[in-house]
Amino acid sequence: MERQQDYVLRTVEERGVRLIRLWFTDVLGQLKSVAISPAELENAFEEGMHFDGSAIDGFSRVQESDVLAKPEANTFELLPWDRTEDVSARMFCDILNHDGTPFEGDPRQVLKRNLDRAREKGLSFMCAPEMEFFYFRSGDPSRSLEPLDTGSYFDLTTADVASDLRKRTIHMLEAMGIPVEYSFHEDAPSQHEIDLRYTDALSMADNIMTFRLVVREIALEAGVYATFMPKPLSGVQGSGMHTHISLFEGDTNAFYEPGDPYGLSKVAYGFIAGVLHHAPGITAITNQIVNSYKRLIAGHEAPTHISWARNNRSALVRVPITKHGKESSTRIEYRAPDPACNPYLAFSLLLASGMNGIEQGLQLPPEATRNVFELTPEERAAEGMRSLPQSLSDALDAMEHSELVAEALGEHIFEWFLRNKRSEWFDYKSQVTQFELDRYLPNI
Amino acid sequence: MEPVLLFPDPPPPELAQTLDLNGYPWKAIASERDATREEPADGWAGAIVCADNDPENAFAICRALRKRDLPLEPVLLLVSGTQLADLELRDDLYDDFCLSPFHPRELEARLKHLFWQTGRGTRPELIEYGDLMLNLETYQAAIGDEPLDLTYMEYELLKFLASHPGKVFTRETLLSRVWGYEYYGGARTVDVHVRRLRAKLGEEHAGLIQTVRSVGYRFGQSRWGV
Repeated sequence: MERQQDYVLRTVEERGVRLIRLWFTDVLGQLKSVAISPAELENAFEEGMHFDGSAIDGFSRVQESDVLAKPEANTFELLPWDRTEDVSARMFCDILNHDGTPFEGDPRQVLKRNLDRAREKGLSFMCAPEMEFFYFRSGDPSRSLEPLDTGSYFDLTTADVASDLRKRTIHMLEAMGIPVEYSFHEDAPSQHEIDLRYTDALSMADNIMTFRLVVREIALEAGVYATFMPKPLSGVQGSGMHTHISLFEGDTNAFYEPGDPYGLSKVAYGFIAGVLHHAPGITAITNQIVNSYKRLIAGHEAPTHISWARNNRSALVRVPITKHGKESSTRIEYRAPDPACNPYLAFSLLLASGMNGIEQGLQLPPEATRNVFELTPEERAAEGMRSLPQSLSDALDAMEHSELVAEALGEHIFEWFLRNKRSEWFDYKSQVTQFELDRYLPNI
Repeated sequence: MEPVLLFPDPPPPELAQTLDLNGYPWKAIASERDATREEPADGWAGAIVCADNDPENAFAICRALRKRDLPLEPVLLLVSGTQLADLELRDDLYDDFCLSPFHPRELEARLKHLFWQTGRGTRPELIEYGDLMLNLETYQAAIGDEPLDLTYMEYELLKFLASHPGKVFTRETLLSRVWGYEYYGGARTVDVHVRRLRAKLGEEHAGLIQTVRSVGYRFGQSRWGV
């Protein structure tokens, strides 16, 4: 550990870094930053930086609100923007109580705790998200949303601003050590997708935090607005964060089994069964805002019911077909999450659900071979197919009853989140919407 | 710098890792005979002999190295606490000793001092390969005049690979020699870091780190021109 800190201290000196940003994430998934000068760095490594957490979502406690941010030297990275003036760098932090114990409200340590549990069983959790987002001319909610283009899926639009933005975003991500797998124009106008290459879940959650900042930063430079809001436009597809998941045991993919007709191991079946079983309870975290549920409706490639399938994009869990000779890429894709989630908490719950399925030997229901959207409610009932929560309120009810979620998140975050989100739901519910005025006012 | 002789073969992983991290090249030998047979043309830079598991052969090797016309210097002996009595009357066989299990920082300091004393090559300060330059003193890497912004582990991986150009390493070897401790990613970590390094090296230099199918990775050109 000392060497890593030494590395950071020397690099700060050699590269003339003037500002070190200590990054951490609040319970709702917002990136927070405390900037320190190089002179304070050594102290930050040794003791952590003391700050008052009471104004940060999910950090306040009744007794005491002072916490410590302790930077993790192996996440030190120079920031490729604002190079013109002061060179700055960032490190992700763990948040600690004053006695040095992990702070219960720190999502990053929630994920570490869940990863440690899997590691005790010899398993490492790898994931790769498909990040979708929209570009608009402005982020001002009082104006109507103006897309940058009218392109559609895989469209190669000439000389368009958005392709250039996407290209610059990818350059910056790669410069920050976040390799990109694919990128393309998505289905909806001005909607884009950038797929990140898989890595361990902790680094990936850090990467997603960086990713959201980079995408918005590059958009701002060009005078446009990027948003990860799950459903900004009605009538077209929303933005998801389909997450590809695999477990590794050392160098081998624990999801792969050569003789199996699906190429899947017992571990994989257990994992999928666990994720399906706990899906209602974890949805409030994977889809955490009122608007998330406007995306989870039939007809826009977003899942609505709890099912799994190989090549059926209406299913909640899809098992992509593994190419011959690519056994190590055996994985499952969980299609509910959206990019407005807190990735640390979302990955924690996906892992905890899957591990629970493996440990309890949960049975996997049969594959959904038909398009779930085309089934009648009776047919779904006959297949025993439950629906995903229909609203944030439903999702919170399901979460409240899930012991697995309470255990995986810890009491502090579990309770705070429910309280915070109930109040968000109440605010939403008490609004009279344009829909109601249009529909009812003329006739009633 | 010529390699340092290590006994036994394989050497304890912590020892190999400490030497790697400090940029000392080394070669492990299994017997007294190999100490001569495997010796590089310009002679060993020194020797680190672990006597805790096989004291008899360990002392025999020290003796052989010291009985030469030009006795090999420096020789560092690693002994366990219960073996301290064995050091008696053997002062001529070694220049310094260190208790095993050792503290990496202590070993590092002792080696530095020993090499300073004996005046045989000190640790290399620079690694250069084509346009790529690594300064081990300041932890900085650059391609031409353009500095590379690396995280600590990316830097360590690049340093390890670049100090052994042409040699193929398996993922397990890289994981144990570069990381040496448990990591969330397991063996896949290596792939992930190689990708990140390639991304940072940029298109033109990404090929410096080659994937050797179903084996692992190699830095630069193969020694055999394959």
